[in-house]
Amino acid sequence: MLKVENLKVQYGMIEAIKGISFEVNDGEIVTLIGANGAGKTTTMHAISGLVKPSAGSITLNGTELTKVQPYKIVDMGLAQVPEGRRVFAQQTVEENLILGAYSRKDKEGIASDLADVFQTFPRLKERRSQLAGTLSGGEQQMLAMGRALMAKPSIVLMDEPSMGLSPLLVSEIFHIIEDINKKGTTVLLVEQNAKRALSIAHRAYVLETGNITLSGTGAELAKDERVRKAYLGG
Amino acid sequence: MEFISYLVNGLGLGSVYAIIALGYTMVYGIAKMLNFAHGDVIMIGAYISFFALMNFGLPIIPATLLAIICCTILGVVIEKLAYKPLRQASSLAVLITAIGVSYFLQNGAQLLWTSATKVYPSAMPSGSLTLGGFSISWLTLITIGVCLLIMAVLTTFINKTKTGRAMRACSEDKGAAILMGINVNFIISVTFAIGSGLAAIASVLLCSTYPSVFPTLGAMPGIKAFTAAVFGGIGSIPGAFLGGLLLGIIEILAKAYISTQLSDAIVFAVLIVVLLIKPTGLLGRKLSEKV
Repeated sequence: MLKVENLKVQYGMIEAIKGISFEVNDGEIVTLIGANGAGKTTTMHAISGLVKPSAGSITLNGTELTKVQPYKIVDMGLAQVPEGRRVFAQQTVEENLILGAYSRKDKEGIASDLADVFQTFPRLKERRSQLAGTLSGGEQQMLAMGRALMAKPSIVLMDEPSMGLSPLLVSEIFHIIEDINKKGTTVLLVEQNAKRALSIAHRAYVLETGNITLSGTGAELAKDERVRKAYLGG
Repeated sequence: MEFISYLVNGLGLGSVYAIIALGYTMVYGIAKMLNFAHGDVIMIGAYISFFALMNFGLPIIPATLLAIICCTILGVVIEKLAYKPLRQASSLAVLITAIGVSYFLQNGAQLLWTSATKVYPSAMPSGSLTLGGFSISWLTLITIGVCLLIMAVLTTFINKTKTGRAMRACSEDKGAAILMGINVNFIISVTFAIGSGLAAIASVLLCSTYPSVFPTLGAMPGIKAFTAAVFGGIGSIPGAFLGGLLLGIIEILAKAYISTQLSDAIVFAVLIVVLLIKPTGLLGRKLSEKV
């Protein structure tokens, strides 16, 4: 479904991504793990068009994304939960969710998806008319996820959804990601929390300073000696 | 009694400032730039409505509509040609470009219509409304009414419509707005269109009060309205209204009670004091720089 080939991204003189290739198949949870500065967020931004790659191709169901206007990508079925959540703090929870459906025109579909999101995240329903900036970190993460789901994507990119959350909330967030996947949405997950990410992922890639150094199923990588040493604390 | 009539006149002048200040504040809120050519869009609006009234003999409302249409197109074209190529450039480059556009419009107007002052026809209802001993001119009433109407329509538009929500989203975080599927360039165009259309309305109200039309007529009201926008908190729509109205009142009261010559100095001094006490302006929000 999503295929990245020989992707390179440059910031000035620095090559942040040095030619990586990976793919995400329909219905999978695929995770990219790696340390700070490995290039995970840059890869996400290249896919959603926020940064321009210097070489390589990114295709979604065969369509080249690097040639599409970034704002049109959502409408092609790819939504993103950005790093640091980036909810619209000055707008209410409900307005944020409605903005998630900005590219859609089917009023009834939007209303029923809003009800679905409120069912998945009951806390958002309680706080629907509160400003998003007043939510806790965990609630903002849920809002960012709900907002991405409002686009009714076939694939959703999640960038560090567990960042800065308490262990209890991290578990909740990972359960929700599995649920979203079971309901039929493909997930590309970028995480520093390698242990949790590998436990729910079908397949995984290890990103190190702009290169993919390892790949395999989630279970395989969780057992791999090098991964254990570098990312799972021995 | 005298005080109340000064106050009403101040509100009238302040309404014009508020309408112009909206253009500054909306563009700043969304495109994060100071459009110093905004005052000159007022001047173009003044010339267009002048010709519509004098040469084509149009009534005031169609003349205003014509000015709105022309200024809206002008605003969008300026943004596309002058500012859009600089989206990634430093804010200083954009600022200097805006000043360049301002000179271009002023000198263009001088070339086309000479620098001779033209007398704006009085097309607004004359006379005044007398209520219990003191009177307000119809023009002042119309000006205040138009300002209130604009405020109501704009607030509803920004808060209740899809495009309004998208505008607020762009003003907070353009990257996240793109992820929602919002066409940021389109939203910026809409913002320039609205600001410039409002400048055209302001030009008709302004020239009906001070009936002379010349190529640099937009400069002073432009800088005053910019002051009003900063005074109220740049980026904030209610702030632009509040700042505009207060500035008008301060200016008229200063003229009436202190000194006509010093009134502008007093207006700017008040701005300095407000910014010293509250650097973000009256209704401005504190912006934290992202690291």
